[in-house]
Amino acid sequence: MEHILLILAACGYCVGSVGYFFFLVRNGENVHRAAWISLVGGMLFHGAAIGMRFFAAGHLEVSTLSEALSFFSWLLVVTYLVIQNRLGLRILGTFVAPLAAAFTLPSTILPSHMMPASPLLKSVWVWIHVSTLFAANALFAVAFAAAVLYLYQERIIKKKRPGSLDDRLPALERLDRVNHVCLLMGFPLMTLGLLAGFLYASTVWKSPWNWDPKEIFALITWFIYAILLHERLAVGWRGRKAAWLAIFGFSAVLITFLGVNLFLKGHHTLFSSQ
Amino acid sequence: MDIYLVGMNHKTAPVEIRERIAQVCRLNASPLEHRTHCRAVEELFFLSTCNRVEFLFTTSNGLQAVEEMTDLMVRLVDLPKDVVVNHLYVHRNLDAVRHLFRVASSLDSMVVGEPQILGQIKDAYREATQYRTVGVVLNRLLHKTFSVAKRVRTETNIGCHAVSVSYAAVTLAKKIFGELQGKRVMLLGAGEMAELAAEHFRSNGVRNMVIVNRTLERAVELARRFHAQTIPFSHFLDALLQVDIVLCSTAAAEPILRAEDLKPRMRKRKNRPLFFIDIAMPRNVDPKIHDLDNVYLYDIDDLKGIVDFNLSERRHEAEKAQHIIDTETLQFQQWLQTLDVVPTIIALRRKAEEIRRAELRKTLSQLPELSDKEKEAIGVLTETIIKKLLHDPIVFLKKKSVRDSKNAYVNFTQQLFNLDQEDAPTSSLDCTDG
Repeated sequence: MEHILLILAACGYCVGSVGYFFFLVRNGENVHRAAWISLVGGMLFHGAAIGMRFFAAGHLEVSTLSEALSFFSWLLVVTYLVIQNRLGLRILGTFVAPLAAAFTLPSTILPSHMMPASPLLKSVWVWIHVSTLFAANALFAVAFAAAVLYLYQERIIKKKRPGSLDDRLPALERLDRVNHVCLLMGFPLMTLGLLAGFLYASTVWKSPWNWDPKEIFALITWFIYAILLHERLAVGWRGRKAAWLAIFGFSAVLITFLGVNLFLKGHHTLFSSQ
Repeated sequence: MDIYLVGMNHKTAPVEIRERIAQVCRLNASPLEHRTHCRAVEELFFLSTCNRVEFLFTTSNGLQAVEEMTDLMVRLVDLPKDVVVNHLYVHRNLDAVRHLFRVASSLDSMVVGEPQILGQIKDAYREATQYRTVGVVLNRLLHKTFSVAKRVRTETNIGCHAVSVSYAAVTLAKKIFGELQGKRVMLLGAGEMAELAAEHFRSNGVRNMVIVNRTLERAVELARRFHAQTIPFSHFLDALLQVDIVLCSTAAAEPILRAEDLKPRMRKRKNRPLFFIDIAMPRNVDPKIHDLDNVYLYDIDDLKGIVDFNLSERRHEAEKAQHIIDTETLQFQQWLQTLDVVPTIIALRRKAEEIRRAELRKTLSQLPELSDKEKEAIGVLTETIIKKLLHDPIVFLKKKSVRDSKNAYVNFTQQLFNLDQEDAPTSSLDCTDG
């Protein structure tokens, strides 16, 4: 049942992606409504699947790569829907829906058996660590989408050559604001998630810092976003520079989240594709 | 019954006549007041804008009605009849319908895609309804016109592209800042173009303006008009810290703003975006400032380039719009054709109703013991029988109404039921909707 719900969620995201693509190239209230309903439907199926797994395991299940991808894509869609509701940038769905589909589809194919319940995973610190970091990553993904749109729109304005899509894109200031808001919300969550991780590591492995590859990459990612936040608030970075750094930061997130899990061994191998 | 459209517009009339047309637009008295003098005209609608004057009417005597409308037009523009006739166009039936759809969809405008025309047609329709000069046909046609124009707006991008320099500047500013409410605009120089652009900015929500001009009188005059502040010319560089959009139109012989002047000020502004519109010739702003982050500079050639691109986009969209209009015109033609069978349908219904009432009266007079409720039930029964019996012949006639052979079917029905068609009221044509 849970797998069927996951497949339905992936279908919802795929249909939503197609709908948002049509919405991008040709404006239309009905097209957007259909895309939005598909995305929301996918999110509800997905939420039900994650909820079922949560109750079956008795705790948040992100032990395997399949579960991690699934949980991340669900949070991404939820984050986008909240941001769209608050800031109203519908066109961002053009990025978020395919991103959610791209993360959910592998999780429907990868082995979905539940890992034997490890006592290590039942701590509340793990729950805080995982949920805050995943929420931060989802916000950074939305910031990434806004940054890409910003660079495209800015390029059109700078090149002074109107294109067929530029009328469909939001104003530069709005895109920059989404980027900024995602950073303002995502960075404290990321910091909280890392602190929870260090605290938990110090109780389990007797040291907060264990030179684990994931720890190293997570800290690098944190520094990238710390620099971005500092430059934005203190120096007044905005626009193109901030957009590039948001893209760079999300690339670091992807490396930390996927690359390290897949290719490097460490304490977080627990959260790998086994 | 035919639909006619008689008019003049910017394509058929030279500028001297268009000046008269523009005056007609400002007249207080409506020509619809003269409707009663036009005996051949049945329904009448009058549209006048700066670039067009048109009469749309229905008539059963086309030649006389066109003559009457031409005379009315001559009186309106107050020019010799032969001059007016030379620049008039007359469209009949489908051509008139198509023309009206084109006008409302702004395909026939001087600037294709301009949105004002639909509002002007709606105002003219409101006036016609006040004078009660529109009936079943023109009511239906004008409502159809509104829906066609709306369809063209929603299904094509005909009105999406700015086609004037000042409007292109406002559109660009919106691409950078989104909504312009709360933004501050500086007018550097106060020429006519600047004034026009400032007007556009104001109509888009900008309330905060600063005027910088070498001649104080002109600055003060503009400031009063736009409720703006004035700043001495020598202070304009520092004032850049507080503005978002700068419209440059001074007569300076060389650039008055250079990248090296702006760079340190961008840091002080915390890199808030700054948009320069340089419509001066020679240019006021060093083109290099466009390379700075968060600074955007568009000069008059850039804006003209956008306008040209947008005009070509509109022409492309106009082809799509024309297709929609042709489809809708054909649909309206089908409705018009159904009108020919309406008098027969009405006569048929009337005859059946008369027979029903007469027979009901006779029968009920022979049954005095019936209660009111029972009489009412019998009345409903007879009504239902008549309705069901006539349903198929009426549907049959409506179907045939769009065919060339409809007259044969109408004659046949009239003979079959021995109908006296002259009794049929033509004013109840809207029964075809049922």
